[in-house]
Amino acid sequence: MSKALRLLVPLALVGLLALVPTFGFGLGGVFPGPLSSPGTLQLLAVCFVFSGVALSYDLLFGFTGLLSFGHALYFAAGAYVSAIAVTKWHWSFAEACLVTAAVGLVLPAIVGWISLRTSGIAFAMVTLAFAQAGEILVQKDPHGWTGGNDSLGYDYHHVPAIFVGVFNTKNLYWLALGYAVVVFSIVAWTVRSSPGHVLQAIRENERRVEVLGLRTRRYKLLAFVLGSFLATAGGVIYMLAFNGASPGITTPDFTLMLLVMVVLGGTGTLWGPILGGALYWYADQRLVAVGGSHAIQSLPSVLRTPLSQPLFVLGVLFILVVFFLPGGVVGLAARGRAGRRGLRRLEDSLRRSPRLEGEGL
Amino acid sequence: MSTFLLLTITGLGLAAMYFLVASGLSLIYGLMGVLNFAHGAFLTVGAYATWFAESKLGGISSLTWRFVLASLIGLLVGGIFAALVELVLIRPLYLRHIEQVLVTVGLSLATVALVQGIWGNDPRLYAVPPWLHETTSVGSASIPNDRWIEIAAALLVLAGLKAFLRYTRYGLIIRAGVENRAMVTALGIDVRKAFTLVFAIGGVAASLAGVLSGVYFSEVDPGRGTSLLIFAFIVVVIGGLGSITGSAVASVVVGLTQQYVNYYSSGIGDLSIVLVLALVLLARPASLEGRTA
Amino acid sequence: MPALLEVRDLHVHLGESHVLQGVDLDVPAGGITALLGRNGVGKTTTLRALLGLMPRRGSVRLDGDAIEREATHRIVLRGLGYVPEDRDVFAGLTVDENLKLAVRDGEDARYDLVYDLFPELKQRGRQRAGTLSGGQQQMVAIGRALLNRNRLLLIDEPTKGLAPALVADVARVLERVAESETALLVEQNLAVVRRLAGAIVVLDQGRVVHTGPPTDLDDEALVHRLLGVGHAA
Repeated sequence: MSKALRLLVPLALVGLLALVPTFGFGLGGVFPGPLSSPGTLQLLAVCFVFSGVALSYDLLFGFTGLLSFGHALYFAAGAYVSAIAVTKWHWSFAEACLVTAAVGLVLPAIVGWISLRTSGIAFAMVTLAFAQAGEILVQKDPHGWTGGNDSLGYDYHHVPAIFVGVFNTKNLYWLALGYAVVVFSIVAWTVRSSPGHVLQAIRENERRVEVLGLRTRRYKLLAFVLGSFLATAGGVIYMLAFNGASPGITTPDFTLMLLVMVVLGGTGTLWGPILGGALYWYADQRLVAVGGSHAIQSLPSVLRTPLSQPLFVLGVLFILVVFFLPGGVVGLAARGRAGRRGLRRLEDSLRRSPRLEGEGL
Repeated sequence: MSTFLLLTITGLGLAAMYFLVASGLSLIYGLMGVLNFAHGAFLTVGAYATWFAESKLGGISSLTWRFVLASLIGLLVGGIFAALVELVLIRPLYLRHIEQVLVTVGLSLATVALVQGIWGNDPRLYAVPPWLHETTSVGSASIPNDRWIEIAAALLVLAGLKAFLRYTRYGLIIRAGVENRAMVTALGIDVRKAFTLVFAIGGVAASLAGVLSGVYFSEVDPGRGTSLLIFAFIVVVIGGLGSITGSAVASVVVGLTQQYVNYYSSGIGDLSIVLVLALVLLARPASLEGRTA
Repeated sequence: MPALLEVRDLHVHLGESHVLQGVDLDVPAGGITALLGRNGVGKTTTLRALLGLMPRRGSVRLDGDAIEREATHRIVLRGLGYVPEDRDVFAGLTVDENLKLAVRDGEDARYDLVYDLFPELKQRGRQRAGTLSGGQQQMVAIGRALLNRNRLLLIDEPTKGLAPALVADVARVLERVAESETALLVEQNLAVVRRLAGAIVVLDQGRVVHTGPPTDLDDEALVHRLLGVGHAA
């Protein structure tokens, strides 16, 4: 593909997507209603949010080789801090965004600084533990701010009117689309910049980068903070889309979901997580509809029970992708060069370096 | 004093469950390098199999025997499930550790969803023999009887595992494999059989934790496995990956800390555990390289 | 008569580097064949590839049977003993346990032979291998391989890092081994090679560049060209 074309195709795609709220027609059973209906736009908006968040996760996992199990923490921080600021502290939306942005930078800087003292599986465990602390904090409902087990609905007086209400779903859609585009641009620019090359070199062979005299921990921390900050921003838009925050986004399962999105789409690629995030959310939502559909409900219960559980279908699909499609959906096209290599390298870094390797079993 | 005693015994009861999950997790990681996210699913499968078996064993009038028999069935099912997982899903991805972890992630999501699909999201009541929920007086404290069972079960498993690792040929293979898997194969030993075995052992121990948690909470729900798994992860990290004794000590530390802190500081016990973990990791990140089983 | 071990066109890739680029070598039955070469030319890799410890391509025949596709443990059970470069004894296991683990199913372990060669192993049976000295660990590693009756021993730098007195001990043991067994020996100490080997094979940059009798090592020009200065012993 020529360079111009490479730029043109995404631009045309974004342009087309931007026009979707003006399309009054439907696509058969693909969406819950016409493209311009609030239901469809809401579904697509959240798809875009997950595209962006999945890509922010891939910046860590796929591009830098950091297997974090705590990405949910930063996404949830975005949703909860912004929701609490407007609802409990009665701040303006702009002020709420400012404080959320500050949290989105400081929190990963602290957690990253501690966690990056470890690597490999240890890093996965520590990030998981910190995310767990976040989940517990939300459950404990300090000062009645988080709502504990219940969702925290936002106070719509303090949220810009253009994002409130069913009729404004199209604005939310554009905001989410913009978010995905911005995340894509930032990550694309980052991985092609010279620090980005260092990140990928760290993934390939961290020790070699250290030998070159670069302080790898600083670069990893940079990637960690950037990826987490982008996830925090996604959390704010998610909060707008769902009129608040809910404890489900604080759980380890949420991070695992991001991992599934990235791997489904294609690890270590730009387009993979964009597609994976959107497809996963779409499938998760639509499988509920399909699961409740007549076709599924008329099946014998042996088939009906599993097929009506979206997470079961996605879990099995995920296993199949790991086995048969290691490059994810994007790898289908590019036959998984980067993705597969990335996984292999990451594996090397996680291995506990036994002196003999590769028993040929 | 009596409160302190109750807290201690209850903490040890919790520790027992953590240990049962963590010991298998730790052995599997130590030997195979696989961080097994499906371990919670083993627990859930064992716990539900026990509950299901019990509901079908109405013919046995003694509640105690019915429960014992149902538990044995549950452990068997959990063990077989775990062994099958190793044979079918883990083995074909041999040495591809990341893919193996991803597969266990997918499996844990799918299993929990399947259990939800079949038996619903609501907790299922465990019909346990009534004497388990009576109390025994120790000094001035009244201790629920199930705590003793939990502690005894964990001690038995600990002793059994230690003896197995120490005195049997497979135990020897596992201990050596935790150190250097490749060298074990270079001695003419098919180390994959040991892989299936540690999965089966892990599955049985996790199922036992599932049954005991059913007794402790009087019910079982689909999310139980995942929530215990997180604490088991923390236990494994603190105790050192691959070390059974380390897991045992770390479970006690975690269980007791949780109970004491929860009681004396209005319920931030779980947070304190995360803090302990962070401190341990900062103090000695090398604990993760633990090798001796 | 065909060789006991026939290796043809053996290739190994490690990441982007092509470590073995078509190794051909024969190990005749009986005695010691020494595999020589500068550091990093692929000697250890050759042994490990023969054992299936790393992905390899090419043909490997043991007594005429193709073994290049078999799993490591199956290859070993055909009668291959392995003494790895860094000894790789199990540090957390006792000396007894290290030996016991090495006994192959259904075979009579030659404890008498091993204890005769290394009386210390008997005395230190209950000691953890990790607490042994380097020389003692080497005894465990060699003893563990000699417990079984092997058709072929693969021995990787048994004298590496040992004090001169211990080097002589190890050489004595290998001399005894050579009387009754076949071995492919990687060794840097040319004095030891001259004393033990019946044939030498020299590897350079992933290929065999010289094969001949050990007397070839008397040719200083050849040694200098193939093995570098540091090797003239």
